[in-house]
Amino acid sequence: MRPGLRNAVLLLLVVVLVVFPLYLKRGAPFGGADGRAEEVIAQIEPDYKPWCTPLWEPPSGEIESLLFAVQAAAGSGFVFYYLGYVKGRQNRQ
Amino acid sequence: MPLKWCVLWYAVTLPFLLWGLMSIRRRVQGDPRLKMLLGLAGAFTFVLSALKLPSVTGSCSHPTGVGLGALLFGPAAMSVLGTIVLLFQALLLAHGGLSTLGANAFSMAVVGPFVAYGVYRLLRGLRLPPPAAVFTGAALGDLLTYVTTSLQLALAFPQGGSVLAPLAKFMGIFAVTQVPLAVSEGLLTVVVFNLLVRYSKSELEMLGIFPERGKIGAPRA
Repeated sequence: MRPGLRNAVLLLLVVVLVVFPLYLKRGAPFGGADGRAEEVIAQIEPDYKPWCTPLWEPPSGEIESLLFAVQAAAGSGFVFYYLGYVKGRQNRQ
Repeated sequence: MPLKWCVLWYAVTLPFLLWGLMSIRRRVQGDPRLKMLLGLAGAFTFVLSALKLPSVTGSCSHPTGVGLGALLFGPAAMSVLGTIVLLFQALLLAHGGLSTLGANAFSMAVVGPFVAYGVYRLLRGLRLPPPAAVFTGAALGDLLTYVTTSLQLALAFPQGGSVLAPLAKFMGIFAVTQVPLAVSEGLLTVVVFNLLVRYSKSELEMLGIFPERGKIGAPRA
């Protein structure tokens, strides 16, 4: 299989893996797994209170997703900068 | 998480960070051209840990992305990069938080890379093709990260003196959710690894990874 095609198939598989749960568990809340862990902690130790609070919390879900988007964009920006750089370098040779 | 566990996990993680810093310094001094590739490994972790993906349990979690850097630069170097990513998330996103940073760093930046690296080396030693070894290493590194998280929580919150009952509960939440995500992480790591083999062969040679000739010199940590 051509390398480009092979990677395309792998990426397609990832997309399937992401979409499949959404179909399988239609109507599920899809909250964070860490939130469900907090519920279990509350069951085991009802008296437990987190003993410290974060220095700063994103004021809303929108701001939080902004920060996650920035994180992903900055990371993928560098990943593709590097791949473009090495590809260009190889073409010159 | 109670204070004594926070302190304990900081203490356990610290030596790996020092080891990783020394290993990175030696590697980059040996060949400054590798700095770019190190940046790529860090950026890959940055992207993957920002992606919260849905899973078959009906809840979401995110992959770690530490496998790629671990098999390129050795696990200790990845302890440093993984901790930097976690620090960013703890400070800006209150995701994890500073009190649990030590515990999170141990599971994602110590256990994850060491499992990924160990599995990768083992499978390459058994003469499995590189993509298979990369996939299995990255996927198991991801999964074991969340098994570790479950264990850490169970240790901190035992139920009636037993660690096993809460462990089963936390594993049911984290580890099961993580299975499809670990597969995704394995696949994505193989995609980037394939691209590096194709376009960045000279850097992989410097690191002693050159699958075409079956040479798998150890990237010394």
